[in-house]
Amino acid sequence: MDAQYEPVIGLEVHAQLLTRSKMFCRCGTTYAGAAANTHICSVCAGFPGVLPVINEHAVELAIRVGLALNCDIAETSRFDRKHYPYPDLPKGYQVSQYDLPLASRGYVTVGNGDDCQQIGIVRVHMEEDTGRLLHRTAADGTVYSLVDLNRSGVPLLEIVSEPEIHSAARAREYVMKLRQILRYIGASSGNMEEGALRCDANVSVRPVGEQTLGAKVEIKNLNSFRMIDRAIQHEIGRQSQALANGGRIEQETRGWDEAAGITLAQRTKEYASDYRYFPEPDLPPLTVSEDRRKAVLGRLAELPDARRARFISQYGVTADDASVLTTARETADYFEAVLTHLGERVPARLAASWVTGELFRLLNRDSLPITETRVTPELLAELVGMVHTGEVNRGSGRMVLEEFYETGGSPRAIATERGLMQISDTDTLTPVVRTVLDNHERAVAEFRGGKQQVIGFLLGQVMKQTRGTADSGTVRTLLLRELSEEPTKGPVPH
Amino acid sequence: MELTLEDVRHIATLARIGLTTQEMETMRGQLGDILAHVSQLNELDTEAIPPTAQVLALQDVLAADEPRPSYSVDAMLANAPEREGNYFRTKAVLGYET
Repeated sequence: MDAQYEPVIGLEVHAQLLTRSKMFCRCGTTYAGAAANTHICSVCAGFPGVLPVINEHAVELAIRVGLALNCDIAETSRFDRKHYPYPDLPKGYQVSQYDLPLASRGYVTVGNGDDCQQIGIVRVHMEEDTGRLLHRTAADGTVYSLVDLNRSGVPLLEIVSEPEIHSAARAREYVMKLRQILRYIGASSGNMEEGALRCDANVSVRPVGEQTLGAKVEIKNLNSFRMIDRAIQHEIGRQSQALANGGRIEQETRGWDEAAGITLAQRTKEYASDYRYFPEPDLPPLTVSEDRRKAVLGRLAELPDARRARFISQYGVTADDASVLTTARETADYFEAVLTHLGERVPARLAASWVTGELFRLLNRDSLPITETRVTPELLAELVGMVHTGEVNRGSGRMVLEEFYETGGSPRAIATERGLMQISDTDTLTPVVRTVLDNHERAVAEFRGGKQQVIGFLLGQVMKQTRGTADSGTVRTLLLRELSEEPTKGPVPH
Repeated sequence: MELTLEDVRHIATLARIGLTTQEMETMRGQLGDILAHVSQLNELDTEAIPPTAQVLALQDVLAADEPRPSYSVDAMLANAPEREGNYFRTKAVLGYET
């Protein structure tokens, strides 16, 4: 990439809202995996003479998103018809919001510390999703399309950022943050593979120091974080190179070719600006009173940044652990449930390290969500409590965890049954220590000869004899005590 | 209200309607007449009337988010010009991928 050009990026993110029924009719939204056109009616299939009615819960979720993104919520907003002819849109127009969107002028904070940036949100508006097309070629070579309207009319939110993003990495970070917030507040599944979250990027470049924006290119359908990253990076490079070679950038729509790793010009919408928006006459205006706004704000879940900060200040969790624990709301809820079961006596930091370390290692290995593990917060709390009091050491605790992760069951019962309860009793450990010293005369001699690090080897031998259950602190003390005594025990050398 | 042939051609393109030269001339006259008729409204004094997109004094008409059964596939596809399995079948329209 040419360093003399500065990229300017704005993103449009579409998120399906988590409602049970569609935006303007009561057809169900659980059409994933269903046969085509089994979740449609005269409203979402665009029959003439029907009356759409706004889904109350979609409005609630949209207000939540607006508030979570620090937006102003419009006291009065309105729906408009956006016209374009394409078979995925049975009415010939999409019901959207044009000049009176539900929410506007907000921001999202991305990055940490010195690298922190507030990215402005221009607007958040409600609209309806389109149907899906399958393009087919007949035996005689004719190209035709099959239309499935199951998705048609699903509530969709469009979130438009200011052109304030200056790298592909930041664009990716921004979308990740949006997705995290949407999931936290239960507004969207954010599932990109299933198309519940989709992203278009407007990319332009300009010579560093230039104030005017360059011609912008819209890259459509960036449907994974990897695609966002790669497509924007490629587009910045393409435009910079073109300018450096004395060329100019056409304002156009491009698509991302994942296999080739390049963006390609799409057949442009000849009249892209000719959407002929006008107010939707079938839908009366939507008002949100100050009381309603406050009520939704009161119902809003604690947002990830606030929760992360609270984990650090309230529980004394490290910044890294706090980030990991608050990535998903389910994980943060899990952690706080563990703490509830643990009570005040055990440091939260210890619990945090068991969740982010040992438990996550197992969950990641098996790609299992935290909501589906046999390791309930209560059981993990029991185990962490046992580690804290020294009933099991960390190594044995890990073995116990692996067992009840696989089979369920109580950590205490498993530890007892497997003989993994920690031995810190000196009467039990002293004979073991003595046997080890008797069997490793050379090591003992080396230690006495000044080679202090041999203690580690001897400690390891005791742990081996006790199958890892000995309390290493006690063993170390016993070893040092025994070694400091005169070598009177054992066979006298000839 | 005088429309140009260029206006008519543009509107026909947006509506995806093919018109002959003769039809364009007819439409130019008819569309012009309709616009002239409606533009009589411009003669009214609307100074004291707030702009509105609605003629009914309604707002916030909402429905609870409770799914109800959809129609049967056969009922929904009954009037489809062409059908293939559960799908509506249509000519391919390129250039408007969304």
